[in-house]
Amino acid sequence: MSGARLIWRKGLNYVMLSLTGVAAFGVVSVLFLILGYLIWNGGTSLSWNFLTQLPKPVGETGGGMANAIVGSLKLLFLAAVMGLPVGLLTGVYLAEFGGSTFPFIIRYTADLLYGVPSIVIGIFAYSLAVLPVKHFSALAGGVALGIMVIPITVRSTEEFLRAVPGSLREGAMALGASKWKTIATVVLPAASGGILTGMLLALARVAGETAPLLFTAFSNRFWSQGWGQPIASLPVMIYTYAIAPYDDWHRQAWAAGLVLLGLVLLSNLGARLILARPKVG
Amino acid sequence: MSGAPQFVFSEKGLRDTVSTEKTKAQATHHPVRLKISNLNFFYGAKQAVFDLSLDIPINKITALIGPSGCGKSTFLRTLNRMNETIRHTRVEGKVLLDGHDIHGMDVVGLRRKVGMVFQRPNPFPKSIYENVAYGLRINGFKGRLDDLVEHSLRRAALWEEVKDHLKKSAFALSGGQQQRLCIARALAVDPEVLLLDEPCSALDPVTTAKIEELMFQLKDSCTMAIVTHNMQQAARASDFTAFMLDGKLIEHSETPRLFTTPSDPRTEAYITGRFG
Repeated sequence: MSGARLIWRKGLNYVMLSLTGVAAFGVVSVLFLILGYLIWNGGTSLSWNFLTQLPKPVGETGGGMANAIVGSLKLLFLAAVMGLPVGLLTGVYLAEFGGSTFPFIIRYTADLLYGVPSIVIGIFAYSLAVLPVKHFSALAGGVALGIMVIPITVRSTEEFLRAVPGSLREGAMALGASKWKTIATVVLPAASGGILTGMLLALARVAGETAPLLFTAFSNRFWSQGWGQPIASLPVMIYTYAIAPYDDWHRQAWAAGLVLLGLVLLSNLGARLILARPKVG
Repeated sequence: MSGAPQFVFSEKGLRDTVSTEKTKAQATHHPVRLKISNLNFFYGAKQAVFDLSLDIPINKITALIGPSGCGKSTFLRTLNRMNETIRHTRVEGKVLLDGHDIHGMDVVGLRRKVGMVFQRPNPFPKSIYENVAYGLRINGFKGRLDDLVEHSLRRAALWEEVKDHLKKSAFALSGGQQQRLCIARALAVDPEVLLLDEPCSALDPVTTAKIEELMFQLKDSCTMAIVTHNMQQAARASDFTAFMLDGKLIEHSETPRLFTTPSDPRTEAYITGRFG
């Protein structure tokens, strides 16, 4: 090979490698920029009061978003209770039972559901759980978030179950375990780390949803009076505070953003820890 | 003769030798644990086992040999109805376990009596203890689990190596230990028959020797059928050998006889390494 050709090849190699590196660096810097900006703005406004106090009446400065933090957790709890079992069982069905046509339809539906804009799911939950009782409620917000949790859980559960080697199923069945017993005692435990991770990530994903909560859970400047009443949540509070004309509210919106990010980060970390855990049952 | 090697034998002569062989085998009169008659097996439209009849004698080791894809694993898996877990399969013919047709039995009960060890060690992602206890637990065993776990591990010649860390993950064991754990797991429910589907193919020679030694010890209490690719293994470890080709049983006799004076030229060609 001639020298020029070799230099050209090496040069091209170098240039392409550099391009991928620059792109990766760009992505990471944008992420860190957002993160840094959020911490910079939110960190300075975050205080003990913010975490423990109710919002002050309009016009007064100070106060906090304790009700929204608890509210978000309550809404996530509702979403988990309503969405995760359905998602899990559907995922088990897709991976372990069924022929080829019906699962295909379900899988396709789950993908479609995942792509439905969250505001549309909000309207659905609104007509399902708000219109009949004629008032906003935590329950309605939970329905909206629960629906959004389902498709993510379905697909992640299915993927992790499929990753369990068939030899394990055979081993259990050769000992006389029924199909369900095999799934419950061997396959699900083997995939439990992955499935739990998928669930946590699904919850983390809906934790930041605002649109479906605007007209289901609505918001509340006080402690919620129960599951049937409107409830505050961090994303909706961020929205309300960010578009308000008060500087103090803007600062609080940043702090709320930071808390929300912390929640998501925490569940991500939890998911990682579960996945890294050695598989002994 | 030119061209591809051919088997030269007369149809009539073959039939004669086979029939005399059969009378000889029957003359030995071993009591039979599994009696298979006229078994056919289909994957969809494709037939994998053809009209197979075979007696598997009590507390002996029967080896199934034959080239890849000859249906020996498929055949083995019909004996505990494992093939039923595969879609679009069909089985015809009779398999009698102690005189009872296995297809009329409850499949759970059948698999308790006919245990199986697979090609690759497949311990569950649980502790060593829980792996052995699994079969007992799912069968609703009420009693001293600890004793039975120890007994099974001793029978599988694994107890001494693992007794101090029963709570450890089964994945921490070596391949050979894992395979013996799988044998212990199968033995825990005290099966009458143990089916071994190429149990040593993923193991090194030293570990293989251990498993063979273990099979020898188990012969007192357990009937075994082993599928193997390894003819030396069949010759060393088994009492009877069945040679299969293209889904058909070609020859079945006492192991020394099959390896020294095979009656079918195809058997001879296979064991002398001319094909397969």
